[in-house]
Amino acid sequence: LRIHPLGDAALLAELGTRLDTALNTRAIALAAALKKRRDVRQAIAGYASVTVQFDPDQTSHQSLAAAIRRLATKRPPMPEPGRLHRIPVRYDGPDIEEVAERLKLPRERIVELHTRPIYRVFLVGFVPGWAYLGALPEELELPRRQVPRTQVPAGSVAIAGRQSGIYPLPTPGGWHLIGRTSVKLFLPDSDPPCLFRAGDRVKFFAAGE
Amino acid sequence: VTAVLNVQEPGLFTTVQDLGRPNAISAGVQSGGAMDRFAHAAANLLVGNDVGHATLECTFSGPHLVAEHPCLVAVAGADFDPHVNGTPVPGWTSMLLGAGDQLTFGPNRKGARMYIALAGGIEADRWLGSLSTNVMAARGGKQGRPLERGDNIAAAGAPRKPSISRLHLAESLRPVYGDHILHSIPGPHVKRLNPESRSNLFGMAYRVTKDANRMGYRLEGPRLDTSGEELLSFGLVPGALQVPHGGQPILLMADHQTAGGYPVVATVVSASMPVAAQLLPGDEVLFAEATAERAQQMRMALGAALETLR
Repeated sequence: LRIHPLGDAALLAELGTRLDTALNTRAIALAAALKKRRDVRQAIAGYASVTVQFDPDQTSHQSLAAAIRRLATKRPPMPEPGRLHRIPVRYDGPDIEEVAERLKLPRERIVELHTRPIYRVFLVGFVPGWAYLGALPEELELPRRQVPRTQVPAGSVAIAGRQSGIYPLPTPGGWHLIGRTSVKLFLPDSDPPCLFRAGDRVKFFAAGE
Repeated sequence: VTAVLNVQEPGLFTTVQDLGRPNAISAGVQSGGAMDRFAHAAANLLVGNDVGHATLECTFSGPHLVAEHPCLVAVAGADFDPHVNGTPVPGWTSMLLGAGDQLTFGPNRKGARMYIALAGGIEADRWLGSLSTNVMAARGGKQGRPLERGDNIAAAGAPRKPSISRLHLAESLRPVYGDHILHSIPGPHVKRLNPESRSNLFGMAYRVTKDANRMGYRLEGPRLDTSGEELLSFGLVPGALQVPHGGQPILLMADHQTAGGYPVVATVVSASMPVAAQLLPGDEVLFAEATAERAQQMRMALGAALETLR
């Protein structure tokens, strides 16, 4: 466990550096425990870390770090299996041919591989409603695009590294767009305003052409 | 609700802001809120509000407002040359406007963001616990957008205290906006910088590019070379100095993306964020390495200044 300052009113507690479900489960549990403290303004779980914003007039980096070390040694409660979301995808994204070519796989195989796992929502963040999903099968691993797109349409289903994701809003983006879905990820008039929550599970299936 | 101020001209980019929505971060929604929390708080306190009431954040230029009813207002932050009915008026001072009075602004004389507070607070759309405008989601504030000509601005409630006109915050108690030194604590990934890059970071000037908005400022200056494996995404905070590929840092501001995976090599301390909020494209900044103790002294000095207005 490594704890670093993020300025004078926040810190980053790193539980590990691997993309790992157990680490992510611990990070989510630690964030939930920290949120209950009066001196903590907000605690956000990353893949394997927790970013804690605190009130520096009520506590210090040192005393909060000590409290985090105590909390981190506790066995996290057995996590509830997250809700399962089934997401229909049309695999006709603008990058699917290029991805097929670079991976030397037929397009059908890409669809088969992408729809195979039950993905875990590791983290909701970056832009409203975006969820980092993993792990993508090794066979589909590609680095991000050299030149990110300045505008990616909402609903684009994308891959990069060992991750998949869905663009909830039209934003710039550097991932490979392999498909699109009509499911809305960002629900501004709901609370919470997003479909996925950290710890949820996601299964993609190919929707009719 | 009765309109109090009518918008004749909105200014370049004027939005309703309060202290943001930290509870929405776990949905990926930016916390948002006033960029310069000191000026926002001072403007509110000058008119008898709580620091959490909504104000108007005016970017690079001021609006032209007409009072429809008598009201107490204050402007604080950047100096956009405020006038009432054509006569110059001081900033950081509460003033009573009568019905028909015109509040206008001249050229930008100092800083980037000015705050206008109205006694009783500014009425606006509440979204996820905050009145702050989120332009990306088109929610909060004035229908999720900047002010437009013809908008009416109402008070959210009755003034909480008797109106005191001419309440003033002395210059000696305000942040020194012209002093572009951002006190910063080395970040979680500072060790990824090679020695030369580290001495550049805490020694050389960085210039704010024109790519500078409420999300963050792209800076340009001596290249910061980082090494090491790709990081797993983690939660970010305002003031974090992120170094993407290419080595030109990005200073994250109020509407920053909630998570990211680029190395954070330093974080600007909270008491320097008001100065950061007032930077204009072309300004040069220096990052000065600070300790937690120094950050606390600076924070307490700003807190004490605000206390004089309570």
